[in-house]
Amino acid sequence: MPNAKELTLPLSKDVLASLRSGDEVTLTGRLYTMRDAGHARCLEYLEAHGELPFGLQGQTLFYAGPTPATPTRPFGAIGPTTASRMDFATPALMDAGIVATIGKGKRSAAVAEACVRNGGVYLAAVGGVAALLAERVLASETVAWDDLGTEALRRIRVEDFPVYVDIDTRGKRLYE
Amino acid sequence: MDTPITPSQVGRAVYACIRECAATLRADCFDATQNAYDAALAADGQSREAGVLRCIVRNAMIGRNEGMPICQDTGSVWVCLEVGEQLAVPGDVFSEVPAAVERAYVEGRLRMSMVKDALFDRANTQSNNPAFTEVRIVPGAGCRMHVMLKGGGSDNASRLVMLPPSAGREGIKAELLACVREKAANACPPLLIGVGVGGTFDKVAALAKTALLREVGSPAQSDEAVAFERELLDAVNATGIGPGGLGGSPTALAVHLNTAPCHIAALPLAINMGCCAMRSATVELVDADGRALANPAADTWHERS
Repeated sequence: MPNAKELTLPLSKDVLASLRSGDEVTLTGRLYTMRDAGHARCLEYLEAHGELPFGLQGQTLFYAGPTPATPTRPFGAIGPTTASRMDFATPALMDAGIVATIGKGKRSAAVAEACVRNGGVYLAAVGGVAALLAERVLASETVAWDDLGTEALRRIRVEDFPVYVDIDTRGKRLYE
Repeated sequence: MDTPITPSQVGRAVYACIRECAATLRADCFDATQNAYDAALAADGQSREAGVLRCIVRNAMIGRNEGMPICQDTGSVWVCLEVGEQLAVPGDVFSEVPAAVERAYVEGRLRMSMVKDALFDRANTQSNNPAFTEVRIVPGAGCRMHVMLKGGGSDNASRLVMLPPSAGREGIKAELLACVREKAANACPPLLIGVGVGGTFDKVAALAKTALLREVGSPAQSDEAVAFERELLDAVNATGIGPGGLGGSPTALAVHLNTAPCHIAALPLAINMGCCAMRSATVELVDADGRALANPAADTWHERS
């Protein structure tokens, strides 16, 4: 992505506010993978304790369930899963401190409102190119929920990970 | 003629097909993607769709050259055995499939994506079992096996609707476009779209899924079907959803239509979305003369000439 803005994770409020729907962006730093089953558990924890678990405040979630490690990389393949399945939990998680999410496909109006309310964004990654995206993942460690297998909560280190800004902090979407 | 198709023959072929499919974009889909990329490059090399299509082509090359899975969703496994009517099939023909599936997913470092029960026990089976298996009786003395690794995102974007007969072609087109507008971005476009029309509630889904097996670029069963497929494809690509759901064209590489007889009251319609990482293989287990083939090779990838 020759025209991409190069961003470092975690994303600051100023950087988030500077993003515009349609921007090409590359991410370098730490992301957390979480998907369906993890969202149910995270929401349960939030409702019980009033805060996010595992230091997730200020972090970016990547909706992904990777394939296992290979001798040469943390994952053989990793890519975005359908973001709308997480819509049930995303507004609450953003209100509690998640600043950005990465997935594929459209989000609900409630997620766009949560982006505006919290100064957060939704980033779209390309689905179906997971061998390519896995080249941008340098390291991975399981943070929690190992029993969920591919759906475990992982902290991963990415370099120049390519995404597009779909919903920006003004609630503008890539495609209405 | 009574050439038996053995469980071990089927198990070996299922293992080989899964390993091959997981790292391989189907040859016809690769060619169609490459053609779309060439066209996007010629129009505007800096466009977003050119960038996404380049990623899909490069991803397929990494799969081929390094054996990496081309998608992290390595699918549910569908095994469809097409058996010639002159052959005998033992009742336990799929008995070695579960072991083959588990071995392929463990040794291939593929993702385990199956849960024990959809509603009451969503614990992962840790083996990617069960596979979904079926036998179809076809004319002749040969036997072919189709294996498809189907991603969850594209299957979730699929649809089945029982239309009234008066809906006709326009009703089918409207329903397809509604499905595409609502769900295509979730299904990893550019898509291969299987459309089934006819049969009964349960049969129409199989018509749509089977349509995904047809080679992209090969003609439909009749001139009428060829024309309707073209009309549907043009309409889908006019939506502008585009590669990766990020705008532009193409949204689909092909629309494949299968039609069948149905009840006077019915116009069943099923739409099965195939993603940009379409993975299926077809192998011949018994040739047309009824001779069992010792080492059937999966026909999934051909060098681009």
